[in-house]
Amino acid sequence: MAVGGGAAAQRVSELNVSTVTTSPRPRVPAADLDVAAIRAVFPILASQVNGKPLVYLDNAATSQKPLVVIEAVRRFLAEENANIHRGVHYLSERATLAFDAVRAQAQAFLNAPAEHEVIFVRGTTEAINLVAQSYGRTVLKPGDEILLTTMEHHSNIVPWQLIAGQTGAVVRAIPINDAGEVDLEAYRRMLGPRTRIVGVVHISNALGTVNPVAEMTRMAHEAGAVVLVDGAQAAPHLPIDVQALGCDFYACSGHKVFGPTGVGLLWGRTALLERMPPWQGGGDMIHTVSFAGTTFAPLPAKFEAGTPAIAEVIGLGAALGYIRKLDFAAVRAYEHELLAHATERVGAVPGVRLVGTAAEKAGVLSFTLDGVHAHDLGTILDSEGVAIRAGHHCAQPVMERFGLHATARASFAFYNTFDEVEVLVRGLHRAREVFA
Amino acid sequence: MSRDLDELYQSVILDHNKSPRNFHELPPPASHADGHNPLCGDRLTVWVDLDGDTVRDVAFLGNGCAISKASASLMTAAVKGKSRAEAIALADEFQKLVTGKLEGAAERKALGKLQALGGVSEFPVRVKCASLAWHTLKAALAGGPEPISTE
Repeated sequence: MAVGGGAAAQRVSELNVSTVTTSPRPRVPAADLDVAAIRAVFPILASQVNGKPLVYLDNAATSQKPLVVIEAVRRFLAEENANIHRGVHYLSERATLAFDAVRAQAQAFLNAPAEHEVIFVRGTTEAINLVAQSYGRTVLKPGDEILLTTMEHHSNIVPWQLIAGQTGAVVRAIPINDAGEVDLEAYRRMLGPRTRIVGVVHISNALGTVNPVAEMTRMAHEAGAVVLVDGAQAAPHLPIDVQALGCDFYACSGHKVFGPTGVGLLWGRTALLERMPPWQGGGDMIHTVSFAGTTFAPLPAKFEAGTPAIAEVIGLGAALGYIRKLDFAAVRAYEHELLAHATERVGAVPGVRLVGTAAEKAGVLSFTLDGVHAHDLGTILDSEGVAIRAGHHCAQPVMERFGLHATARASFAFYNTFDEVEVLVRGLHRAREVFA
Repeated sequence: MSRDLDELYQSVILDHNKSPRNFHELPPPASHADGHNPLCGDRLTVWVDLDGDTVRDVAFLGNGCAISKASASLMTAAVKGKSRAEAIALADEFQKLVTGKLEGAAERKALGKLQALGGVSEFPVRVKCASLAWHTLKAALAGGPEPISTE
């Protein structure tokens, strides 16, 4: 890539951009992470899209999968496939051992105090629905309050609206400021004797804000409320420690941490999970069944009715093993630099408005480009091989808060590069040309 | 720009995006319908003023991408003066165009300026952007109060 002339090259608004090299200076990340070696184990990253090298910047939607995950799923299906917790035969025993081992890995990943507190679910959405339908249904009375931040994903809004409708509880939105940060003073004022549940996203998928979850949890506990943290976006970017956070429930998805779709984790405190009724009935979650009555299995099986996503859980185990071997401090440092660089470079494109400028951010760069709708931008970038998300990001209240209908969102993983940021920036200039 | 993109973002589309025609409300007794694409959040309202069976005037307002805005704008120009049946037939022909199901050159030609949206057929995820206005028009012609969704 040619090297441009510093700051002057960043501001190319008056020039015919197709003739301008857009890289302002050679940029070598200071963080000690061998990104080339990491990319080599993610086969899809070497592919081409529309005749261009793929630049995958839609990691907040789903992450790509390393070979170890692909191979673990293949090997299980090819060599070990059987149902679990049922058969006495060889394959069932192998499958059961492999499946159960992942729960211990997940416990370590979340730093959960006990293995039986980790429930396998379909994903973050199912985890939140489980808590809403089981815990929420048990504790919520008419007039009780559920507080959610304005930046929640629909999956941490709608399940609460459903249970509120069924119990007479009320959902209230905690305001956010212009930077996309929770208004903690307003939150403090909203907390009260009617507050039963606080739902907060650890990292906003639409804005990239890292929320002060530990502090918000302390405040909620002082008011006597329990806290559910939506960790879907945080799990790939932050070390997760449910004990340090102090929260009561933590939900995340396997496919955002380089594992397969169809599997996720719910962590909950034993004392709460014990009190909660099952939310789905079926095989595997019972102790004894008769038409006179049924007794339920202990944790975690009580919440895992039916045959789970066995191959996917095993794939998730491979993903967690892969992450564990990475130098996570180096990963975080690299991702921080990459986002700061992308923010500077994209922010310097004329007509770009950054949406979400919190002091603490990770992984997500949301923006609009004057005169170009996010969907048109998505199509133009796609023709350059660049995958971004365009739209409301399943967070319409956030869009409303900022007076927008849609944003373009580039979201990063540790396998993205500084060069890929330049491809994105070139695509933005191209979009400006098309819509000039 | 690649050929596909040239085909998608033709100058007539960019022009209608920048300066949409008939971009305003119509007063009663014009009937109207709301269209919504829940996947992307695009929303628009189409007003139709019928003189007997003839579309005397048609207009729209809304928010969306260049494809949806240009499609709505071109649509208003295309159906003005047509009978209700002609407008509905045109909507069906347009749907064929953007889904790549229009066969003959004559059929294509009959769509006039609307042909500019033919490039959409190469971009399956954008088809709904182009067809939202037409679905909404049909609802407005039917006079139904139910909002129209692409899903």
